[in-house]
Amino acid sequence: MKLREEQTILRIVSKLLLPFILLFALYVQFHGDYGPGGGFQAGVIFATGIVLYGLVFGLEAAETALPPRWLQVLMPLGLLLYAGVGVANILLGGEYLNYNTLDAHDPVHGQHLGILLVELGVGITVAAVMVSVFYAFSDRGKD
Amino acid sequence: MTGLALLLEQLPALQVVLPLLAAPVCVLLRRPNLVWALSCLTSLGCLGIALTLARQIYPHGVISYAMGGWAPPFGIEYRLDELSVFMLVVVSLAASLVLIGARQSIQREIPADRIHLLYAAVLLMLTGSLGIISTGDAFNLFVFLEIASLSTYALVAMGRQRRALVAAFQYLVLGTIGGTFILIGVGLLYMMTGTLNMQDMAERLPPVLHTTTALAALAFLVIGAALKLALLPLHIWLPNAYTFAPSMISALLAAISTKVAAYVLIRFVYGIYDLRWSGLNLPLNDVLALLAVAAMLFASYVAVRQQEVKRLLAWSSLAQIGYIVLGLSLATSAGLAASTLHILNHAVIKAGLFVAVAAVLFRQGGSTLQLADLAGLSRGMPWTTAAIIAGGLGLIGVPLTAGFVSKWALLQALIESGTWLYVAALLASSLLAVIYVWRIIEACTASTGDRDIQRREAPLGLQLSIWALVAMNLYLGINSSPGMRLATEASGRLLAPTAGVPL
Repeated sequence: MKLREEQTILRIVSKLLLPFILLFALYVQFHGDYGPGGGFQAGVIFATGIVLYGLVFGLEAAETALPPRWLQVLMPLGLLLYAGVGVANILLGGEYLNYNTLDAHDPVHGQHLGILLVELGVGITVAAVMVSVFYAFSDRGKD
Repeated sequence: MTGLALLLEQLPALQVVLPLLAAPVCVLLRRPNLVWALSCLTSLGCLGIALTLARQIYPHGVISYAMGGWAPPFGIEYRLDELSVFMLVVVSLAASLVLIGARQSIQREIPADRIHLLYAAVLLMLTGSLGIISTGDAFNLFVFLEIASLSTYALVAMGRQRRALVAAFQYLVLGTIGGTFILIGVGLLYMMTGTLNMQDMAERLPPVLHTTTALAALAFLVIGAALKLALLPLHIWLPNAYTFAPSMISALLAAISTKVAAYVLIRFVYGIYDLRWSGLNLPLNDVLALLAVAAMLFASYVAVRQQEVKRLLAWSSLAQIGYIVLGLSLATSAGLAASTLHILNHAVIKAGLFVAVAAVLFRQGGSTLQLADLAGLSRGMPWTTAAIIAGGLGLIGVPLTAGFVSKWALLQALIESGTWLYVAALLASSLLAVIYVWRIIEACTASTGDRDIQRREAPLGLQLSIWALVAMNLYLGINSSPGMRLATEASGRLLAPTAGVPL
């Protein structure tokens, strides 16, 4: 604990970097349909932000910022969002994950919306799983 | 078009999506009984869908479904023929019958705060297995294989003993190697044919069949599938995984995991490649047959020497996998039909036996069941003992049990192709089966000596599950023709002469 408090440079630099890491994750997430990126990459980048925070400020601080209970909800939620989009497509009269159905007038817009939602689901689940793995490992040997 | 007809068209996707949706809902619900009920309903739903699809496919032929509306061969195609719909029924039937009885046993063996995660993993395994069977796309098959395998590793790791973790890790390492081999094989095939759609691959493969790349792809695919299937020299993960997994999970694994791997092997060697191609210049059938015979004899012999009941049943499973592979290695429609039928019959028999073991463990406590612990079982739990005997007779292949029907079919297929050595091996392996089954029965009826063991029958759920599986076992044994007909039609489609077969 003492060691951690002495690392002033580390603490300040990570605090400065953190918003940009998370912002970059969101950029990779939502720009993924135009440029390189998507849910997997964005989820991992987002999780590295939390992991960095946990490494520098301690597990307790990270768990206050993003409680494990939330992760238990976020993990299935992302998958539900993904699978739910497909079910919505079926209900709208198309095949599973046929995004064309999402917009009755402009199928291209439908495709755009569909991939955005699906990748958002992927991003949420990947980020939550990555952070959970980190918590699970750093929690070991405490009790 | 009416809503119902529209829904019917979506069934090929829905039967994979249903458990995929139910799994995250399980994680959110958290209440053990609620989660169990949802899992049961989901697998019964999948069974219903599979039966509806079977009623459509058996008379009318293949159903093709364009995932996401992208037409095959460019989009991912879900392609259901007789064989895949047969396997869909096997998997969802086994899952339903085992899950119905799983509630109390799981509650006893798994900490309460993990039960919902266990059922979520079961549903994901079901998603993966049904997906492997439905998809017509080789890469999609790999993805589903990973979904099914990863959830299986987690399930094995939830076993009560610490050794479950080691077993799961061993399974993880070998399973991942198997998965990677399949991925490499698919990659090489993609390189040679420029397509991932298996139907399309089969059509484009003959001109490039003689290239080293195509042969290397075949080797990777077969070895990868054999690892997942636990065919003899690649089997070491299986006995530990079956022994240390939670008891009801062992039943699921025995009924589903290896059976789906057998389906994958059949798809690779008949759906993409064709073992009958003489141009292959490769003694693949002989290699497979030899490994199968080795599995039948060696695994049965090891089973005879086991002291722990779940481990004994696991080794017996390895021998039964030998029967399945032997049938398909013959490259005749009779052989493939016998294999297909044995997949169903063995799933029913072995699931019944493992659920019966789960019932004994439920009353006994502990996580392993030595043969000596069975003493006095026939007095304390006569019904469960009867079920174990029925299952054991099925393993041997005594007439009026399901095991007899498929073994008889295999024997006929062997005689038809004149492979007398394999006939002898089949008989020898059956004799060994008599010995290990007899050891279980003897242990069940042995007197307890001066120890006083109080036992009563397991709760209703477990009983229901056991007897449903035993009833299936006997039904398939007595009324053998429908199963045989369905299996023959399934293999017939796969072996139908296709265009472009090089001779």
